[in-house]
Amino acid sequence: MGVGVKVRVWGNYALFSRPEMKVERCSYDVMTPSAARGILEAVYWHPGMRWVIDKIHVVNPVRFTSVRRNEVKSKILAGNVLQAYNGKKDPRSLYISTKAEIVQRASLLLRDVEYVIEAHFEMTEEANETDNPGKFKDIIMRRLRRGECFHMPYFGCREFPANFCLCEEGEIRTAYDDVEEKDLGFMLFDMDYSDRNNIQPMFFRAVMKRGVLDLRDCEVIR
Amino acid sequence: MSEVIKNRYEFVVLFDVENGNPNGDPDAGNMPRIDPESGLGLVTDVCLKRKIRNYVETVKEDAEGFQIYIKEDVPLNRSDREACRSLGIEETEDKKVTEALKKLKKSDPDTDLKLKDYMCGNFYDIRTFGAVMTTFVKASLNCGQVRGPVQIGFARSIDPVISQEVTITRVAITTEKDAENKSTEMGRKSIVPYGLYRAEGYVSANLARKVTGFSEEDLELLWEAIINMFENDHSAARGKMAVRELIVFKHSKELGDCPAYKLFDAVEVKRNEGVEYPRKYQDYTVEIHEEKIPDSVEVKRMV
Repeated sequence: MGVGVKVRVWGNYALFSRPEMKVERCSYDVMTPSAARGILEAVYWHPGMRWVIDKIHVVNPVRFTSVRRNEVKSKILAGNVLQAYNGKKDPRSLYISTKAEIVQRASLLLRDVEYVIEAHFEMTEEANETDNPGKFKDIIMRRLRRGECFHMPYFGCREFPANFCLCEEGEIRTAYDDVEEKDLGFMLFDMDYSDRNNIQPMFFRAVMKRGVLDLRDCEVIR
Repeated sequence: MSEVIKNRYEFVVLFDVENGNPNGDPDAGNMPRIDPESGLGLVTDVCLKRKIRNYVETVKEDAEGFQIYIKEDVPLNRSDREACRSLGIEETEDKKVTEALKKLKKSDPDTDLKLKDYMCGNFYDIRTFGAVMTTFVKASLNCGQVRGPVQIGFARSIDPVISQEVTITRVAITTEKDAENKSTEMGRKSIVPYGLYRAEGYVSANLARKVTGFSEEDLELLWEAIINMFENDHSAARGKMAVRELIVFKHSKELGDCPAYKLFDAVEVKRNEGVEYPRKYQDYTVEIHEEKIPDSVEVKRMV
């Protein structure tokens, strides 16, 4: 596989929200493939390519901690913005008040995480004539070596930044080297964006074997 | 408006607290947040962002382009909004607004972009930190998530902090009935005797250029806000809080010159020798190991 990369990512905290518990957020035990894709896209992405995650190595043991924060529950309403945009309303009246909109929510976070993501990319139809896998690969390797990124990658939420570097060692040691098999249950695989008006989640049965989540030919359930 | 920023930045903020509670934990009866395993104190990212918003709001007083989206005030606007609608200025029902949007979307496919730009142009905090806008699914209008260029992590204290419960009394009694039985009321507050906290942050020039239009002027205001974030935030609970150090790393390129962690590792905060219980900022030494930082990265100590 000529266009594969291995990236080591680590950080103090992580939060890969389970969709079934997203009001009081609760993290999955390990990084989801879609979160891994997000990290790689933060480093490099182009419409002419698509990241495919092959394996996720869980280097550090899974440990949790919790944080409760004051959060705002509402979102910006497009209709109100439109009225202000057309001059029907003072933009000053758009803001939301935390006194009325505040909620306290707990989040169950992962702490001291480290993963090695093995991934490759595929070309898409959006690629220009001058684009080719070699070019993309060069850009990606350069960025990983120099620590360049489009924006700082993060573990699930932006307050948990993900440090990254190119992983050059061949053998990766994980905290679960001695654990033959650990079933993590159903996990989010990724979102299906093929129909823009009806974005659907896809799931898979996550089984970590000796610290590695293998995503090649796994069965994806919609 | 000045130009959109062209360089990636990273920054380290060191702030301290003396006999105060920097950030209460709603899970622990508003005691200071503490990482239960390491004993290190925590201050959440949202807490610091709140201070930055408050500073900008105080300084700019809702000047055009520098409004704050998430405010602490009483929402007068809710009733205004209703009034606006009932006067027939715009469609009265949500349904009709949706329809109008749908129509607009058909005639102008860039509606989402325009609305997004409008919000970014008016609100400093959206331009800086981003915001979530509703996905008007029915109208297939997707302003979606606006990711702002500025990203801040949790702040952690350098050394474990202890939280001290202080019991206080009050001579005024709240209710008539209680006043018959007692002459003082007891209250509690939790304080950290001393803690030096370190927060790390990132500014992405790409998101500034491609999404929100965060400008050089905005960046200057951000630094100013960080430096002064506790100066206008004194209260009974906070004690003495101050920003002691703001170290800014300016990369020579939009994408950056080196990994962020290398820059953060170059800033070493040490407790001075012989100090067992740090109680003041002078008990610490901050050293920047310039040799670990590439020459192309400009380091600025702003405080």
